[in-house]
Amino acid sequence: MDKAASQSYLNSHTNPKWTKGFMSWFMSTDHKRIGIMYAMAMFTFFFVAVCLGFVMKLQKMFPASSGWEIIPVEMYGSFFTLHAIIMIFLFIVPGAPAILGNFFLPLQIGARDVAFPRVNLLSFWLYLFGAIMAVTGVLLGGADTGWTFTPPYSINTQTISVLGIAFDSVSWMLTATFILGWGTILTGINFIVTVHRMRAKGMGYFKMPLFTWSIYATSWLQVLATPVVGITLLMIVIERIMPVGFFNPAKGGDPILFQHLFWIYSHPAVYIMILPSMGLVSEIIPTNSQKPIFGYKSIAIASCSIAGVGYLLWAHHMFTTGMSDFAALLFSFLTFFVAIPTAIKVFNWTATLYKGSITLTPAMLFALAFIFNFSIGGLTGMFLGSLSTDIHLHDTDFVVAHFHYTMFGGAAFGLIGGVFHYFSKMFGKMYSMKWAKAGFGFMFIGFNALYFPMLLLGYYGMPRRYQTYPDIPIFNKLQLASTIGSWILVTGVIIVLAVWIHALLKGKRTSDPNPWNSSTIEWQTATPPTLFNFEVDPVITRDPYDYEAFRAEVKAGTSLGASHD
Amino acid sequence: MTDQVLAVEHHHDEVGTRLGFWLFLYTELFLFAAFFLVYAVYRSSHLEDFKLAAENLNTTIGAVNTIILLTSSLTMVLSLDALKKGSVKLAKLLLLATVALGVAFLIIKGFEWSAKFDHHIFLQTVKGIAAGHGSPLLTPGEEMLPVGQVLFFGLYFVMTGTHALHIIIGATWMLIVYFWISKGSINPENHGVLERCGLYWHLVDVIWIFLFPLYYLVA
Repeated sequence: MDKAASQSYLNSHTNPKWTKGFMSWFMSTDHKRIGIMYAMAMFTFFFVAVCLGFVMKLQKMFPASSGWEIIPVEMYGSFFTLHAIIMIFLFIVPGAPAILGNFFLPLQIGARDVAFPRVNLLSFWLYLFGAIMAVTGVLLGGADTGWTFTPPYSINTQTISVLGIAFDSVSWMLTATFILGWGTILTGINFIVTVHRMRAKGMGYFKMPLFTWSIYATSWLQVLATPVVGITLLMIVIERIMPVGFFNPAKGGDPILFQHLFWIYSHPAVYIMILPSMGLVSEIIPTNSQKPIFGYKSIAIASCSIAGVGYLLWAHHMFTTGMSDFAALLFSFLTFFVAIPTAIKVFNWTATLYKGSITLTPAMLFALAFIFNFSIGGLTGMFLGSLSTDIHLHDTDFVVAHFHYTMFGGAAFGLIGGVFHYFSKMFGKMYSMKWAKAGFGFMFIGFNALYFPMLLLGYYGMPRRYQTYPDIPIFNKLQLASTIGSWILVTGVIIVLAVWIHALLKGKRTSDPNPWNSSTIEWQTATPPTLFNFEVDPVITRDPYDYEAFRAEVKAGTSLGASHD
Repeated sequence: MTDQVLAVEHHHDEVGTRLGFWLFLYTELFLFAAFFLVYAVYRSSHLEDFKLAAENLNTTIGAVNTIILLTSSLTMVLSLDALKKGSVKLAKLLLLATVALGVAFLIIKGFEWSAKFDHHIFLQTVKGIAAGHGSPLLTPGEEMLPVGQVLFFGLYFVMTGTHALHIIIGATWMLIVYFWISKGSINPENHGVLERCGLYWHLVDVIWIFLFPLYYLVA
């Protein structure tokens, strides 16, 4: 084996034409470099959208009678639409699979790369292109449709650009989401084939680490669901620019049909967001408890059944559209049903903690917060899945708080925890533990201070997507609490991002392959990994979380990691 | 270094590639499935209008196009078969024939569309009258086609349009494959690309086989 291949991937490269600087990243087909490029882009967008949310919360501090207007009422729609489009399409849907999936899926199955490295790079380009389109769309006029683009409003609304030219920025942004969708689909196909064809010798399906399982289930959802929403959003574009009718009632179309087609994707999409983070939690918890995960198979199967059932309950977003009682009942039942595999996972994680030797690393803190937040998010989802309470709570802040508890408190906390878990492996540098924990503290307290009042606000009838509200004492107090929460949360986010940036620039170098003493194989290779991940293609002989066997290996010096030292 | 890189780049797993390609074909199928679903829903809610509107489509032209596409699928299969058996020349000829049939399909489709445009059926769906155009489909004084027919023609143009776009992509791909066969990078031993190109072409064909009866036959 020649020297370059045994060097860190940060120093060696896959593209013989571009060996240095920006282009050696931008043209690289190395899954690790692509994962890091995604991380850079996505956390930038994440921060932009956090700022938008921050401003919206500031606006919410003032009731109508106060006369304060931070965001003019006609711009508020563009604000929450942009916040949602960035958070959903640019950050949390592609997030964990694109960043950590790209980096660690091949490592976890002992492969040299994904199945189609060049398609992987194409996915990244599509993502970047779509993201730039979406963000420029805002400068060109934005969209005030909400991220759901519900017709007939999305067909009729006209936007005027900041520059004063008439520009159809709604169509522009719809096209951007279509392109982003293709990036996701290609990533999904890539990962499915990678899992099927590239597992190391000896790695049966039930010897795969659980993060791999969750990425695998997610990939199927991406492939199965995304094409439908892609073409549906494109139909809105066609309807806006051509004299045809699809969903406009004035031309005989049925807007409810759009909602069905939209949620056929967009409900599975919430499982695309949450499953990878569940996978990360399933990695972090056994590592930091130093014992095998409880119910390995049931977690793996739960991932797949969440994906399967999650595909079939989209219409619970539409209980108030007047669909048939029978259909509503069926979708409500399925909504409750999907809680079963989800709860199985939560119980398995907590059972893993039992009698474990627990280390509270930053990653572990985020994983535990995931369980806490996600339980609140999941249980409030049950309120919304019940037909009667949904009528009361529909389109209120309760819904907003519910999905932030799952998407932010769940998916994003899991992803951030995952980055903390894997940071040293990815970059060969270590961050400040103290500041990472401080960041976590601010984020966790701020998060709950922000969103718990919103659950109550919604219960008391505060509608979502409203710029202001009448001067009622209970609203005033809760809104104020929520806004103060947003300040704490944003402080936490800034600390976390600063910890990462500081670690990247000035962090302590480390080549410790396995700082958390984890048993899965991605930790048994060099830090940072070599260009082809493993010096010798690994052969798998034990279960991924078999800590006893792992400790014996370390003792005997036969683990993959030990052979490097 | 470079050798190592090439080792990874050239690591080629034919079965994996085929699996990935089938998944891709599946996404294409679902893309059209959404259209078909919309068609099905509106057909059931506007049955009479759909029947009336469908009478304006020329079944003979549609049938001719169906035959053309089916034949092109045949030449595609024969081309792959010829390449596998080593007759590169024949394979190239049959591939060109497939492209030609695809182009013939597009030309016929183009004539069909432009006839519809001449009758202002496309624009008629909303603003034909305002622009002063009369359409044989409208009774005098009518502002707009009945909404059911608006939906029918909208779906007709967009679905056949999307299908035509796929024909263009398929034909372009075949020309590239033709070039690669000439260069020798696709050859009797290494024919995976031609095979996948064929799969794509058959998918385009299969979609048409559903479009044809839904728009032309069930009037």
